[in-house]
Amino acid sequence: MNLHEYQGKSILKSYGVAIQEGIVADTAAEAVEAAKKLNEQTGTEWFVVKAQIHAGGRGKGVVTETGSHGVVLAKGLDKVEGCAAGILGGHLVTAQTNEKGKKVNKVLIAQDVYYPGESEPDEFYMSVLLNRESGKNIIMYSTEGGMDIETVAEETPHLIFKEEIDPRAGIQGFQCRKIAFNLGLSGQAFKQMSKFVKSLYEAYVGCDASMFEINPVLKTSDNKIIAVDSKVSLDENALYRHPDYAEMRDKTEEDPMDVEAGEAGLNFVNLDGNIGCMVNGAGLAMATMDIIKFSGGEPANFLDVGGTADAERVEKAFNLILKDPAVEGILVNIFGGIVRCDRVANGIVQAYKSIGNVPVPIIVRLQGTNAVEAKKVIDESGLNVHSAITLQEAADKVKEIVS
Amino acid sequence: MSVLVDKNSRVIVQGFTGGEGTFHAGQMIEYGTNVVGGVTPGKGGQNHLDRPVFNTVEEAVKEKGADVSIIFVPPAFAADAIMEAASAGIKVIVCITEGIPVRDMTVVKEFIADKDCTLIGPNCPGVMTAGEAKVGIMPGFIFQKGRIGIVSKSGTLTYEAVDQISKVGMGQSTAIGIGGDPIIGTTTKEAVQLLMADDETDGIIMIGEIGGNLEADAGKWIKEHGTKPVVAFIAGETAPKGRTMGHAGAIVGGEADTAAAKKAILRECGIHVVDSPAELGQKMQEVLSVSA
Repeated sequence: MNLHEYQGKSILKSYGVAIQEGIVADTAAEAVEAAKKLNEQTGTEWFVVKAQIHAGGRGKGVVTETGSHGVVLAKGLDKVEGCAAGILGGHLVTAQTNEKGKKVNKVLIAQDVYYPGESEPDEFYMSVLLNRESGKNIIMYSTEGGMDIETVAEETPHLIFKEEIDPRAGIQGFQCRKIAFNLGLSGQAFKQMSKFVKSLYEAYVGCDASMFEINPVLKTSDNKIIAVDSKVSLDENALYRHPDYAEMRDKTEEDPMDVEAGEAGLNFVNLDGNIGCMVNGAGLAMATMDIIKFSGGEPANFLDVGGTADAERVEKAFNLILKDPAVEGILVNIFGGIVRCDRVANGIVQAYKSIGNVPVPIIVRLQGTNAVEAKKVIDESGLNVHSAITLQEAADKVKEIVS
Repeated sequence: MSVLVDKNSRVIVQGFTGGEGTFHAGQMIEYGTNVVGGVTPGKGGQNHLDRPVFNTVEEAVKEKGADVSIIFVPPAFAADAIMEAASAGIKVIVCITEGIPVRDMTVVKEFIADKDCTLIGPNCPGVMTAGEAKVGIMPGFIFQKGRIGIVSKSGTLTYEAVDQISKVGMGQSTAIGIGGDPIIGTTTKEAVQLLMADDETDGIIMIGEIGGNLEADAGKWIKEHGTKPVVAFIAGETAPKGRTMGHAGAIVGGEADTAAAKKAILRECGIHVVDSPAELGQKMQEVLSVSA
């Protein structure tokens, strides 16, 4: 589950990670109030107005309606309202969104942290994630902060460092020091960085994150180390341990069809193609999407109905798929192991009748337990439903629909 | 000889008296698996499915000589169950449970590293040696005894492969469902190594998905050490980048993670890669008749 910058920062702060302070606002008027409060709390006189959407590249991104960037510096309290108004309610298009962009419902009013002082500010990159090969978490960091890390990896891979953490012992002091040294720090900034790394890793483990990306981590001109941005992803399987984080889910950031499916207990991802599919099991679902493609179509969705493909679930699944006007046909692919195919077939017929007019042809491939009985149920239903038993037969029938 | 489990395996079920445990234990017994008992803390001393229930895995090992365990306990308690089995000296631990937090599995992986055990899964369909032992949730009736080994991340896609192999008349030795989570006990490579060393296996079907390096690692090992033909399919050619497709591990990250990149690597390693999953059985038949 992805979080907004302001939510991620609130988690980091609760674990003692130093952050760029800020207050979130829903309207331009609230933004001004937030700025006033932030001025009282931190003394900052300039304010950074940051669009809160689940996508990176906000600074360079452009709000379609106003031409404003997604991150703007307001050089004074009197500029905050205008800056916020230029972002809120608009659609922000960045390198990581589609061409329609994402609607901005909230802005974060943050303190200006690039103030002049005894030394030059310096930006670093830091992330925490699982190394799947070793089954251990790693801290990945670089002196090249504020840039796209993929670019750094491509052009200057020697500037990216990795530190693997023992899951049972946790992060050790020597590892924190090594990271601070490798980032070229000394004196107060070195101490601050060691502390930052330790609390960042503890936050990662404590909140059951699946990814932290802090870009940039800033050394301020007075040698503080703070997180200026936060990209935080949480492990959904562990949310039962963190009911307060579970409430941070922002459904407006997700595809409404995905959300509806989730509520119905279906595992669904909406895609751009013309052939819908409904499958039991994630692997077979992906394989079915591939078959659609090799038959000349494009998958309109990923949909895993799970182990119990009863009439109610099948009907919900059909309704979801049919919401997409681009769908020209639906391929149902169920391998009945524990679940009996004839029961699924009856579910399909029942769902079909309950929906009434299904405007596209449906191909049903039922294989496994009671597959022959299931084919009979489909063939004798008199509906616009074609049955298949082998995968190849199903693929051939998709080909017919597409052509 | 066979791989991981056979008719002599002494199997226990952790989470024996729960809904899932009861149903699948029943199916396993019906298939002829030597289920010697089960574990449900607090229900020790009872009988369930005509088998004794124990409070701890340790007792089950002591009383019944259990050496294989299958785990059906809920995600919040599954990591604990794996570590209990490993501590009690169980040799093969099959964890079916889906949805275990990754943090818990990082600890499990470290915990079992120096124990004498093999963990299969979690989030997997289990292990099945045709005609001998079903330690999992795979439908028994699609199997027939034969000489093709199967390694797969996915459940229903495994059934698809098993069924095709049966349909072309070849049959299976052992099918190993390794699971689709980010952290799993036995990798594709390790499962392939077991089947390569098995004298009852003539050919191997390897089924993978987008995400991770498991298949590429297996491919490189096969290129160096492989002695039997391998037919492979990688699901997810059409998966969009950065979206989770059901299995937590199946997120397309960088380029080398994509189905196309994986297939290219496997082909370079001399593996027979099929583009359509409908061709798995036929391809294996073709490959074996050429090598024979």
